[in-house]
Amino acid sequence: MSTYTYNPPDYYNLDDLLTEEHKLIRDAVRDWVNRRVSPFIEEWAQNNHCPTHLIPEIGELGLFGPQLPREYGCPGLDQIAYGVIMQEIERADSGLRSMISVQGSLVMYPIYAYGSEEQKHKYLPKLAKGELMGCFGLTEPDFGSNPAGMISRFVDMGDYVVLNGAKTWISNSPFADIAVVWAKNEAGRIQGLIVERGMEGFTTPEIKNKWSLRASATGELVFDNVKVPKENILPNAIGLKGPLGCLDSARYGISWGAIGAAMDCYNTALQYAKERIQFDKPIASYQIQQKKLAEMVTEITKAQLLTYRLGQLKDQGKATTAQISMAKRNNVDMALKIGREARQILGGMGITGEYPIMRHMANLESVVTYEGTHDIHLLITGMDITGISAFR
Amino acid sequence: MKSLVCISHVPDTTTKIKYDAAGKGLDKTGVTFVINPYDEFGLVRAIEIKEKTGSGDVTVLCVGGPEVEPTLRKALAIGADNAARVDMDPTDSRSVAEQIAAYAKGKGFDLIFAGKESIDSNGSAVPGMVAELLDLPFISLATSLEFEGDKAKVSREIDGGYEKLESSLPLVLSCQKGMAEWRIPNMRGIMMARTKPLEVVAGHPMDAYVLTKKLELPSAKAGCIYVEPENAAQLVDMLHDKGLI
Ligand SMILES: Cc1cc2nc3c(=O)[nH]c(=O)nc-3n(C[C@H](O)[C@H](O)[C@H](O)COP(=O)(O)OP(=O)(O)OC[C@H]3O[C@@H](n4cnc5c(N)ncnc54)[C@H](O)[C@@H]3O)c2cc1C
Repeated sequence: MSTYTYNPPDYYNLDDLLTEEHKLIRDAVRDWVNRRVSPFIEEWAQNNHCPTHLIPEIGELGLFGPQLPREYGCPGLDQIAYGVIMQEIERADSGLRSMISVQGSLVMYPIYAYGSEEQKHKYLPKLAKGELMGCFGLTEPDFGSNPAGMISRFVDMGDYVVLNGAKTWISNSPFADIAVVWAKNEAGRIQGLIVERGMEGFTTPEIKNKWSLRASATGELVFDNVKVPKENILPNAIGLKGPLGCLDSARYGISWGAIGAAMDCYNTALQYAKERIQFDKPIASYQIQQKKLAEMVTEITKAQLLTYRLGQLKDQGKATTAQISMAKRNNVDMALKIGREARQILGGMGITGEYPIMRHMANLESVVTYEGTHDIHLLITGMDITGISAFR
Repeated sequence: MKSLVCISHVPDTTTKIKYDAAGKGLDKTGVTFVINPYDEFGLVRAIEIKEKTGSGDVTVLCVGGPEVEPTLRKALAIGADNAARVDMDPTDSRSVAEQIAAYAKGKGFDLIFAGKESIDSNGSAVPGMVAELLDLPFISLATSLEFEGDKAKVSREIDGGYEKLESSLPLVLSCQKGMAEWRIPNMRGIMMARTKPLEVVAGHPMDAYVLTKKLELPSAKAGCIYVEPENAAQLVDMLHDKGLI
């Protein structure tokens, strides 16, 4: 590994807006990442290895569902603290952040928001500790951006329901103990079900050969006449607003996370540009490279301010889905562009695993697609400001 | 066990040190402060002892102004029960030791932990002085601490090996690597730290014993000159020119 130190930009002194507690949280997660993730992440990603051995310590640190309340074994942090955590983790790797945000926002959150008291007490404390891991099944082979068209269905058999269908592109599926699955009831309304590994007819084949998020496990969920007890149905979500509510929480985390990846790329490129000599001078002394670096820090600063404000709105319960879409879209796109520019600043070195940039860049190709594609988030903003849907 | 852990608030190890204009103190702009790493070994050991025995408590103490409070909060987040700040600008080791001793006196601590040195001024003086002022036994450079009955069993590092010691309690220890693993505070600990007491105690008035007159950075290292292996003659000339051969 290169001798590189993480020195994240804070051009507008945003640290001054964080509380002592936020900073303590940020520093604790950064410390953990520095010791337990950064030295190994390149190798894990190269070997397509998902670091599931870290799950117990992530649980012990309290990073699964940190924004959920203490009565369910979670730390009960505010939204800015949650964002800061996602940022520090994604600075190391978007794949690790995906594993953690799926667990917190797409598995724990729906159980918390739409589950019965029994479901909450049964699953949340174990999910918080990492004793149980979960995944979220919304996307299907023929229904990605348009989940409302999903085919997966369940029929009422008295004490239980029978589920049939298939989900694909599911983060954590190959090792998850439970899956929060969205499927249609006989009336054609979408509902959430908790499907447990071991239920007959339920399999989770892995998707291989990804060039992106290689340190995260992705797979399918296949339901072949799976009997699911009725007490595993989430009672308080009917319709697409159930899964979309979870996505709001996850997308918010992504909007912070992407900044972490961008800061790591910028920081690496800045340091490299000051040290790399060509034509007898550091490449940082040439205007073209300065333009790239100056634009990077400008975009990072704008993204930081956007997410900070979004965090305040979220803490006040005022953040809208459309506002979250804008932040997810803007920040991931910003990070992706910074990744590409930063890679070029490093020349040939930029394509190697000596530096984190190419890994971040490749990871962000997934991040720009999942949780609503770049295009779909634009259409959400478009619909919000015009009142006209352009999806169809 | 009732433990007191003395904590220094020191610049992070990666800090690029600059001194203020008067050359008497550190230029603190942009500097991140942390718990002195050697103190953290003692802190974690004190917490482990409490966890293992299921009784006792851990108090952390720092002599300093309000700026040290986040450092004490972090110690509470790691697992200490109470914190105290002696409100005084620390000047020299003796003054700090007197403040710590005055705080600890009569409070019935069984163990007083400190680090083997603080990584800012590396004085290594405070813990020994505290022991002397409180008339307690002192073991420096401790690498492990266990108990047998009412005795403490301590290992300490000596040149080329370890020394095994036994001491009565109360005892003052200066700790180093080996005493415990570092702990990263978890989110629950951070939230709980919010409600734990952090008491501010007025420092008892005193004059400094030792005054810092001036702080200076070491002179910059001269650049390296590389000589290609085939140019040995050039190297000889250069050494000659400098009068070194
Ligand atoms: C690594 C990874 C992990 C994932 N993890 C999960 C997970 O845990 N759970 C889960 O449920 N899903 C997951 N997904 C799935 C992800 O959410 C979908 O890939 C995403 O929603 C896009 O769906 P799609 O791939 O079917 O693309 P499509 O929907 O087929 O889109 C293809 C292209 O068409 C564009 N497009 C689609 N509709 C329109 C329109 N109306 N107007 C203009 N352009 C349009 C899109 O923007 C895109 O560019 C994951 C995906 C990846 C890559």
